[in-house]
Amino acid sequence: MTDYSYTLLIPFIPFVVFLITGLFGNRWKPIVSGLMGTVGLAISFLLSLIVAYQYFFASAVDSYQALIPFNWLWLSLTDTLQMQMGVLLDPISVMMLVVVTTISFMVHIYSLGYMKGERGFERFYAFLSLFTFSMLGLVMSTNIFEMFVFYELVGACSYLLIGFYYEKPSAIAAMKKAFIVTRFADLGFLIGILILSFYTNTFDFEKLTQPGSDIYRNLAGLSFMGISALSWAMGLVFMGAAGKSAMFPFHIWLPDAMEGPTPVSALIHAATMVVAGVFTVARMFPVYYFHTPDVLIFIGYVGGFTSLFAAIIAITQNDIKRILAYSTLSQIGYMMVGLGISGYGGEAGLGYMAAMFHLFTHAMFKALLFLTAGAIIHAVHSNFMQDMGGLRKYLPVTHLTYLAAALAISGIPPFAGFFSKDEILAAAYHSNKLLFYTEYITAGITSFYIFRLYFGVFWGKNTQYKHKPHEAPLSMTIPLIFLALASTFVGFIPFHNLISPDMKPFTTEPEPMLITASVLIGLLGIAGAWVLYKKENDIPDRLSRWFGGLYTITYHKFYIDEIYLFITKNILFNMVARPVAWFDRHIVDGTMMGIGSVTVAISKKIKRFQSGELQQYAFVYVAGVILFVLTFLYYLG
Amino acid sequence: MTLPVFMFYLISATILLFSVMTIASRKMLRSAIYLLFVLIATSGFYFLLNYQFLAGVQLTLYAGGIVVLIIFSILLTSHISHKFKRPSTWKLWMGLTVLVIGSATALWVILLQPFSKDPALKTVPVTMHLIGNQLLGLGKNGYVLPFELISILLIAAMIAAIVVAKKESN
Amino acid sequence: MIQGLSIYHFLVVSTLMFFIGITGFIIRQNLITILLSVELILNSVVINFLVFNRFLYPDQLQGHFFSLFIIGIAAAEASVAVALIINIYRRIRNINADNVNEMKF
Repeated sequence: MTDYSYTLLIPFIPFVVFLITGLFGNRWKPIVSGLMGTVGLAISFLLSLIVAYQYFFASAVDSYQALIPFNWLWLSLTDTLQMQMGVLLDPISVMMLVVVTTISFMVHIYSLGYMKGERGFERFYAFLSLFTFSMLGLVMSTNIFEMFVFYELVGACSYLLIGFYYEKPSAIAAMKKAFIVTRFADLGFLIGILILSFYTNTFDFEKLTQPGSDIYRNLAGLSFMGISALSWAMGLVFMGAAGKSAMFPFHIWLPDAMEGPTPVSALIHAATMVVAGVFTVARMFPVYYFHTPDVLIFIGYVGGFTSLFAAIIAITQNDIKRILAYSTLSQIGYMMVGLGISGYGGEAGLGYMAAMFHLFTHAMFKALLFLTAGAIIHAVHSNFMQDMGGLRKYLPVTHLTYLAAALAISGIPPFAGFFSKDEILAAAYHSNKLLFYTEYITAGITSFYIFRLYFGVFWGKNTQYKHKPHEAPLSMTIPLIFLALASTFVGFIPFHNLISPDMKPFTTEPEPMLITASVLIGLLGIAGAWVLYKKENDIPDRLSRWFGGLYTITYHKFYIDEIYLFITKNILFNMVARPVAWFDRHIVDGTMMGIGSVTVAISKKIKRFQSGELQQYAFVYVAGVILFVLTFLYYLG
Repeated sequence: MTLPVFMFYLISATILLFSVMTIASRKMLRSAIYLLFVLIATSGFYFLLNYQFLAGVQLTLYAGGIVVLIIFSILLTSHISHKFKRPSTWKLWMGLTVLVIGSATALWVILLQPFSKDPALKTVPVTMHLIGNQLLGLGKNGYVLPFELISILLIAAMIAAIVVAKKESN
Repeated sequence: MIQGLSIYHFLVVSTLMFFIGITGFIIRQNLITILLSVELILNSVVINFLVFNRFLYPDQLQGHFFSLFIIGIAAAEASVAVALIINIYRRIRNINADNVNEMKF
């Protein structure tokens, strides 16, 4: 047995960096905090690569074991129901370790250049380290309650980082929205955890996900409103996952979260936190598959709908970060679809593997897309596509790395996205034709909008810039190059040997028909964008006028935000909050004030005894004496 | 009916009548004069009980000293012809309640109590010689200590009266 | 001893005078008239002591001397009371019992 106890360092180094930079960051020059964070992350990155090597490649076993190097008892609710804090190593958690530390490391290096000179530089690095710690803790959780604790932690870090520019009112609104929506979804998560743990009497993942275990016997007959209790529990757990991963209808916070600095968008809202929901579903996959397959297919449909919905909106947006945000929503939808249609054991587990593979590749190219967007914004000082054009002459490195990421997301071989996306499509084709066609069309739309962005920014019209845009400094271009290489080559990692639902490797046969079909739709999207956007022309304007109302609705993101605002203002505030406030002010407060005023009234009556009136005193005195005498006589006589 | 009994009834009627009029009169000087009559009648009681010395003291101190003092204060502080209002109703009720219930209780207790005198005790004639000896006597029945104490009290009362009543020097 | 008169006769008179004095204390409005009622009370107490001395303990003079002292004390108290009344009159120009109620809540 190899000793995995060093894995505890992986999350703790960023935590210690957070404490130091958080408490003492303002005592030294900002660059010191930046370097501390980067070096800490570099160590975690190397350690996670070592763990991955040791776990996957160095131990010669035919199936991977779930290892638990640490597990401390934190809180014991009953003899059997206990909350622990521990470290779990199994294929998906090791993979996530690599993902999180890689992207975080790249973002740390990138921020040395991007955030240079910003007020609050050391605060930024402190929060980044805290976030990395929380995310690493989340993926290494041994039990569902520990995962919930880290869910809240990443939510809090996301809140702090979105509102990093806290003097902008739009940033404040966005940070509140993100936190409230995810917190509301986490309420569902908590209720699901409580139902699940109450009946199964355990929080541990190992016990919950063991196929064939009998801990679900208590839930066998229970149902509520026609749906079994276990489906409710797992559905509520998915509600938490949907909130974190911004699935419809909890997607509203992710586009607004672009108010935060671009490195934050790259780290949190592209590569790591938003995949926490996918990770949760993958973690609980045996439960979903064996006990609640109806919830599993529901997850698939939610993912499919979100990916198509977000892709359509992305076609019409003008803010480049918003386009990428909707693209993230769409790609996470892909992952949910992959999980939703997956089977268990052998080749049937293709969907699960493909979803995890897509998570890995998506992290690389989406982070790259965001970081290049950051470089563009840094050069042009604007977020909007109208202010850009012809930038390929000024930003060569950014141009090429963006192209690599765009080809990856469009699914063009040999880039990484091709391998993962194609496998999801293959798995969908064999399980659920509706979802297959949805995802197929979405693939086309995806390549269309990504290349709309590409052509619009780097080709398109020849904008005259007031200041000549300069290429990003080295600290920003090195991560771009690294991630571009990753986006190109990670597709060749044989994931089916590493990740599967039952932790045994399997093999699949590639299908040439499907491969050509998916590449074809990708190329179609690129062609469409080439025609519309490579050279400046008026075809897009004519098309948007031709679509008319449909275009307007899509541009306004299907008015979902307005609907939410209406519901909260008119229904929640007026019908729920107002009566509750009235009750609190008049009845609860009124009771307390009433008690007080009754006391005061009684005391006013009593204090008349001490009136200062001489004769009243005399009367009371004599009357008392007479009463005494009468009492004596009564009792003695 | 012998003379003492007749005198007793006369004097007690006087006392009770005039004390009621003291408290019920609406002119202040008249109240003081009715009190004077009560005190004189009380000294009649003392004569009846064969305490001549005390009757004299009563007439001198009480009737002659205290009532004169009170009349002085009346003259100093108010209009002599000032007519009082009737007392307020609730005060009247308070007072009358106390009067009726209190006197009923006390009389009931007293009249049911069997006061018995030890027949072996012989009456001592109260002469000035006896009073003087006992007042300043040191023996078993001597009252020299209370005598001295009351003289201190009288000095204290004198000083208090002077201090309290003197004009503030501005 | 007096023929035909028992202790009860005298005690009834003194009791009634006592309670009349208390009633006067409660009813009257003017401080001086309250003082008069107090003198009535003290007077009744003096009668009580003497009556007990004469009828129950005729061989001693304790009640007699006690009455003497009570009369002396009554005189002292009346003089102090009058001094107080004069002081109050100087402050508030009238001597109603209702106007001297400052030691209250």
